This record gives sequence, structure tokens and C-alpha cells, in this order.
Amino acid sequence: MTVRGLRPLTLLTVLLLAVGYGLAFFWAPLDADQGFRQKIFYLHVPLGIVALIGFVVGGYHGLRHLRGGKPGSDLRSYVAIHMAQIFAVAVLITGAIWGRTAWGKWWSWDEPFLVSFLIVFLLYCCYQPLRLSIDDPRRQARAASVFAVVAGAFVPINFAVVRMANQYLHPRTLTNSTDGSMPGSVAITFLVCLVAIAVLYATLVRYELLSKSTTFRLRALERQAGGDDLIPRRSAVPQA
Amino acid sequence: MSGLRTVWTVLRKDLLLERRSFELLPAMALLALGTMIVLRFALDQDAVVGDLAAGALLVPLLFAALLGVSRLFAGEERDGGIEQFLLSPAPPGALLGAKVVGLALVLLALEVVLVPAFALLLFGEPLFPVLREVLLVLFLLDLTLATIGGLVAGMAIGARSRELIVPILVVPLAIPALIAAQAALAPVLEPGAEALAWRWPGVLAIYAVVLALVGSVVGEYLVED
Amino acid sequence: MPPAPAALPAAQPGPAPGAPPAIVSHQLLSAHGQRAVIRGLDLRIETGQTVALFGANGTGKSTLLTLLAGLRSPHGGTLEVLGHPLPAERWALRGQIGLVAHAPLLYRDLSIAENLGYHARLHGLPESRVDEVLGLADLQERRDQPVAALSRGLVQRSAVARALLSDPALLLLDEPLANLDPVAAELVAGLIAPRPGRTRVIASHDPAAGLAEADQVIVLGSGATVKYVGPAGPLSVADLESLYRA
Repeated sequence: MTVRGLRPLTLLTVLLLAVGYGLAFFWAPLDADQGFRQKIFYLHVPLGIVALIGFVVGGYHGLRHLRGGKPGSDLRSYVAIHMAQIFAVAVLITGAIWGRTAWGKWWSWDEPFLVSFLIVFLLYCCYQPLRLSIDDPRRQARAASVFAVVAGAFVPINFAVVRMANQYLHPRTLTNSTDGSMPGSVAITFLVCLVAIAVLYATLVRYELLSKSTTFRLRALERQAGGDDLIPRRSAVPQA
Repeated sequence: MSGLRTVWTVLRKDLLLERRSFELLPAMALLALGTMIVLRFALDQDAVVGDLAAGALLVPLLFAALLGVSRLFAGEERDGGIEQFLLSPAPPGALLGAKVVGLALVLLALEVVLVPAFALLLFGEPLFPVLREVLLVLFLLDLTLATIGGLVAGMAIGARSRELIVPILVVPLAIPALIAAQAALAPVLEPGAEALAWRWPGVLAIYAVVLALVGSVVGEYLVED
Repeated sequence: MPPAPAALPAAQPGPAPGAPPAIVSHQLLSAHGQRAVIRGLDLRIETGQTVALFGANGTGKSTLLTLLAGLRSPHGGTLEVLGHPLPAERWALRGQIGLVAHAPLLYRDLSIAENLGYHARLHGLPESRVDEVLGLADLQERRDQPVAALSRGLVQRSAVARALLSDPALLLLDEPLANLDPVAAELVAGLIAPRPGRTRVIASHDPAAGLAEADQVIVLGSGATVKYVGPAGPLSVADLESLYRA
């Protein structure tokens, strides 16, 4: 992937974001209960879905790394997870803002999506510390890939269990905005926003991959030229 | 050499070592008991039932399990056991398999101390009528924790700060299992115990099986450096 | 000046015609953290040869042995052991390498016999092989003592016994005679003696003894330098000692 190839993708991302959030603000109807505040739904939920898919994609690349797939698989796994972590922070922040405006509190244990997200986030917070604690680059990539696979499988299970427990502990939860039938315009707007956020994720992943691989090539050239600084510095970033 | 025979070989060696040093199980039991005493004062109740009782049983178990997981490869690292193993033609995944079985056995042995202590010190109702249900849930939880522990300890082989990495990885992975065990035990431990809702042991079993499957696919890569 | 590595044919037990070399490396690189420990090492060791590995403390002797055992991945260059490129085909070396490392690789809370028994089962060897090796290493009387209670010399003998259990094709020995009294040293030297098809790499600090049985010599220097790689023939003990000090 080159900078040239990234340009159309970037333009597409900007366009989709503009259309999606244009629809969300000017076309989709105001929510009967929550009014304008409910618009954050078009940001919060797509971010959440994309972050979760990103974690699972990280697991997929981790598995490919273990199975001796393409050499860049560990880097792809790292970047997929790293970007999903950033999206996950945004999910927790937008979720808290939504909770504050809708129910008057920053955090609610009654919202299974948010609670599951916190647990998943907590687990993925250990990803970089795990990498950093293993010096040997080959071993680090191995352990990180196993983590990515295990955690990727953990994501759906965790969601199912938290949702089940929530129904059991609080049979009458607050009505969830994603439940029930959405009016057509809401559904369409939501879908466009989801696609826009997904494309944003893919674009950012590409940018980070390009940046990292360029750095590696630069370092390799420096090493060739300088001779010294033979061994890459200890780092949580894969040394592809 | 087949995988199962290797698992048995390593397991037998580990059990012999634990029998001889007899340090892990007492330490885990003491930590669990200490946690129960803390809970007595934290909850400020002489006897607990229901939700609190389930939590007061599970939290000490979790702490003890954390201790067990961080010690899982301690003997191997001290005496070069992983190198020995890698120099032999034995299948690498079997080492991790043996560790999981060993940890499960240690956790089950721990219940022999933990459950009576819980019944005597904290539980406000007679435990005997619901003993079967409690033991079933704990059995499934032990298997799940042992699988998580084996995977996490495997990831942390050769990590510099193993005692930091292991607990922070085990706890989030254990949360779904602990939620399921809590939801299963809470009604059973109410006065006038309700019947066990079978879906929660089911969830535990499914989680354990999924983890075991994932582990069997990726686990061997952890040992074979 | 050290003599240049000459392209002389190897001295005694020559390679069987057509047999693949036991160890081949090209520009081998290994590092601890950011510091290179071995750099630019080119090796070609034929099957059945004995290699003496010299170098002051901290020059990478143990690192090289763990690399050859497949327990550590090279950071650069290529390495082939017993015909298998490392680290890609590390699994193929399993059971073919006997390693006597700095650490004895024995469980200190188990007895000698239990340690060897465990190792034999991992290798799929019969229990009788344990007795045989215990006998060879003259450890029968001590067989039930825990390793933690043994003197360093006895631990060393047990470690050699463990390494020889599977009668490996490649022996990697890190100062195999360390901590041994003369009688025990003679016993162990006999156990690890050259045999047809057995390739040996022996790290030692004794130039005279090391040179006496070596076909090839490797001298590692500080700062990840390689001071000499080549046949032992042209080297005298005095040459080696001056290399050592240089």
C-alpha cells in the first residue's frame, strides 16, 4: 500500500462520514423521549460495533501469524487491535456522555453493551504490557498472537454472558434504543453511519500500517548505512 | 510419543514435585481463608446468604487461583524444565495440557478446604442440602479457571514481569465465568434454596469448552518458542 | 597475528563421504537486548567432528550453544543443524541433541533417577536405559538422592547422564568437566568421548585439553567478534593462548 493508493480511500471516508452524519443531524427524526441527545446513538453504536469487529480481525491475523501465514500478520494483528483500542476509548466516552444525558448518570450497570465493553476494554488493555514484557521478538509475536486469538474468541462470549446476566438480574431494563423496530429513516441513517465508521477504521488501519512499515524500512536502511544499532529497541510494536 | 502419554508424564512429575515441596496448595488455602476473613469485615455481616454468599465463595477462589496460575511455570523456569522439554521429541502442546490438568486438580483439592471453611465461617444456612449444586458449579468453574490459567501462564513464559502480567490477564478472562458461577450459585444459596438454573452451569461448560478448543489450536505455539 | 583459517581438510575422524554437514551457519547474528553477542559467524562442521569453543567469560559461548540446540532464534544470518534450517525446522531436531548447559536442567526436588526417568519417558525410552546410563556414570549408589542435596560435581555428572540418555547425534557441552575431581573427570570424558556419527561442540577454558581432541576451533572475542574459526591443525597451544588474551 502506498500513499497514492490511500488518497481515494481517504476521500471516500470523508464523503461517507459527511453523508452519514448529515443524514443523522438533518434527516433522521428526533427521538420521542430523548430528543436531540439521542443523535449520539449514530456515533456510539457504530463505533462499538466496529471496535469489536476490529478486535476479532486482530485475532484472525494472530491466527494467521501462528499458522505461518504472511510475514506481516503480526503487524496487521497489532494495528487492528491498536486501532480498535482507540475506537473503544471513544465508545466508552460517547457511552458515558449518552448515559449522562439520557439517564443523568455517567455510568450504568444496567446497560449490558457498556458493561461488556468495559470488560473487553480491560482485557485489551493488557495487550501492550504483555508484548512489552517479552524481550525476544519472536516469542513476543507468538504470545501476542495467542492473546489476540483467545481475546478475539472471548469478545462474543463475554457479550452473550453479560447480556444473559443482565436479563436475569434486571428483568425490566431501561428500554434500549437499539431494540424494537426502528423507523425506516433511522435504520438507513444508522446503516450509512455504520459503513462510514467501518471505512474510517479501515483507512486509519491502512495509514498506521503504512507508517509502521515505512519506519521499519527506514531503520533497515539506517542499519545498513550505519552498521551499528544492529538490534531493534525493545518495543511493544512488532519488529516486522 | 503421543500427546496424552506426555500429558500424563508431565502431570505425574508435577504432582510428585508438589507432593514433595507441598507449598502451593497450603499457600492458596491460606490466601483464600484470609480473604474470607476480610470479607466478613468488609461486608460487616456474621453470616451471608444469596448473592453475598456466592460472592464470598467466589472471590477467595479467584484470589487463590491467581496465586496458582502465577506459580504454574515457576518450577519449570527455575530448573530449566522448558528447555529439557523442548530438547525431547515430546509434542509441545502437551506441556500446556498437563499444566491445565494439574491446575484443575490443585483447584479441586483447594475446594476441600474452601467449601467447609465457607460453610463454617460465612454461610448463614446449612450448606449440606445444596452441597451437590455448589460442588457442580465449583467443578465447572475450576475447569474454566484452569484453562484460562494454562493459556495465560503459557503466554507469560519468558515474560520479565510475569507476576504482573498474569493476574491482569486472568481477571478479565475469568469475568464471564465468574458472572455465570455467581448467577448459578446466588439463588441456590438463598434461604429456602431455589433449584439450580441449568443454563448457568451450561454457560460455564460452554465457555470452558470454547477456551479448551482455542487453547488446543494455539497452545502449542506458546511452548515451542 | 592469529593464523588465517586455512582451507585444510579436517584432521582425524573425517566425515563420511556424502554425509551432510552437522552444522552450517552463515553470518550468524544473535543479541541480548540491544547488544549483539555473536556477529558474522560462518561455520561448517562435518558430521562426527569435534569442535572446541573458546572465549573469555561473556563472549557468547553459551549463547552459541543454545542457538545450536535450537533453544534460541538467531537474529540474523542462516543456521542449519543436522540438515535442518533453524528456526524453521526446529521441531525436527527434537531428541537428537544432548545439551549440557551451564544450568544442569534437572529438577532439584527430584532424585537423579526420577529426573532421568522423566527425561526417558519424554524421549519414549525404556526404563532400562535409565539404569544403564546411571551405571555408566557411576551414579547407581546416589540414584535416590534429590538433586538439591548433591555436590556440584555429582550434579554435573547427572547433567551429563541426562544429556546422553537418548544417545544424541549432536552433543553440545558447556564446560562438561567443570567441578569434577580427576577420577570423575576421567569417567565423564569417557562418556562424552568421540564416536562414529557423534558430532561434539565443547566449550572449555582449557586450551591444551580442548585443542588436543578438536578437529575445528572457534575462538570468540568480546564485542561480538569472532577471533578464529577453522581447523585445529595449524594452531598451537601458544597461538590459542595469545588469541585468548588479545
